[in-house]
Amino acid sequence: MPEHVSQSLARITRLGRRCCDVLEALGRAGLFLVQSAFSMPSREGFRLWLRQMHFVGVLSLAIVLVSGLFIGMVLALQGYTILVDFGAEQALGQMVALSLLRELAPVVAALLFAGRAGSALTAEIGLMKATEQLTSMEMIGVDPLRRVVAPRLWAGFISLPILTVGFSVVGIWGGYLVGVEWLGVFEGSYWSNMQANVTFIDDIGNGIIKSLVFAVVVTWIAVFQGYDLVPTSEGISRATTRTVVYSSLAVLGLDFVLTAVMFGGL
Amino acid sequence: MKRSKTMEFGVGLFMLAGIVGLVFLGLRVSGLSLSAPTETFRLEANFANIGGLKPRARVTMAGVTVGRVEAVELDTEWYDARVVMSLDSELEGQLSRDTTAAILTAGLLGEQYVGLSVGGDPEVLENGDSIRDTQSALVLEELIQQFVSTMAKG
Repeated sequence: MPEHVSQSLARITRLGRRCCDVLEALGRAGLFLVQSAFSMPSREGFRLWLRQMHFVGVLSLAIVLVSGLFIGMVLALQGYTILVDFGAEQALGQMVALSLLRELAPVVAALLFAGRAGSALTAEIGLMKATEQLTSMEMIGVDPLRRVVAPRLWAGFISLPILTVGFSVVGIWGGYLVGVEWLGVFEGSYWSNMQANVTFIDDIGNGIIKSLVFAVVVTWIAVFQGYDLVPTSEGISRATTRTVVYSSLAVLGLDFVLTAVMFGGL
Repeated sequence: MKRSKTMEFGVGLFMLAGIVGLVFLGLRVSGLSLSAPTETFRLEANFANIGGLKPRARVTMAGVTVGRVEAVELDTEWYDARVVMSLDSELEGQLSRDTTAAILTAGLLGEQYVGLSVGGDPEVLENGDSIRDTQSALVLEELIQQFVSTMAKG
């Protein structure tokens, strides 16, 4: 067989193996999610979940709220300078609320969550794996999926939507501070324009559905990367990076798809 | 044990804050009211041109919001626009048969809404009736066109 034919054959083989690897990883990740998320809850599991809620949710609150405040303030400032050209600064409340509820709160909260909590989850589980804590749990008959993974998954699923709601509330308040208190938009029109144009199901509901989807994706990626990594110090650092990169890409990509489905018809 | 109690308290507070935030968004931002949805009745009105009127636009009377536009559709019999409105049931049997409906604009370029004004007919509009006397939306482009053509003649 000539040289170049065998070379290209080898290349095709490598490509095929790559594809098989990716598919396998996807399958492992799917099985992993189903096995751990739907394991039987117990009293002990509830306590473990509570501890994770504290770490993943409560301790992420500060960064999410401060970011929300600043983003709301910036939105009001930027929006005002544009709207005032059209004499439409009364629409500021509506603009701030809709951009936060539909788009910025779910996305930015998910990105912050991936950086603040996701990377920590990966590193923690990865270190457990590297120091063979997970294996020893299996040896003494404790299922690590139930004991370690499930509480973290559920904590993530529940806390991100709550964080998103907090982000929106604080952002709208920040917009109020800048728009009404500083730039002098009439307070009544800030709120009434908002109330006239925001609907509970379409805007708030869809924003929360978005954040639920992001919560599942980000937590899943974070925990799976930790569980599936190569148990060396380099492997942990790689997996942590991958968590942040993959979840950011997944959030932004999914956001486009979800927005097209939810608001594309409007 | 102490640490675990404060942790539980923190998580509880966190989840409560989430619920309170949601209630705030519902009441203050989207303007949901806690009272049961008010009873409504339907009226229809045909307009030659609705301009930019959209479903969910306000229906007002003397500037007071009394209902919303439910649907905007093309009436294929007359080829004009049929606007279905739902109004507070308090007004059922109160509006005279010669009530007029006009499509108005908030500000020069603002959103469009329907303004009703009552007439003097002793007969009244009931659920599902349609308003005869309507005034179409003011389309800015048509106005400018008229203005330009009269200028050219003059």
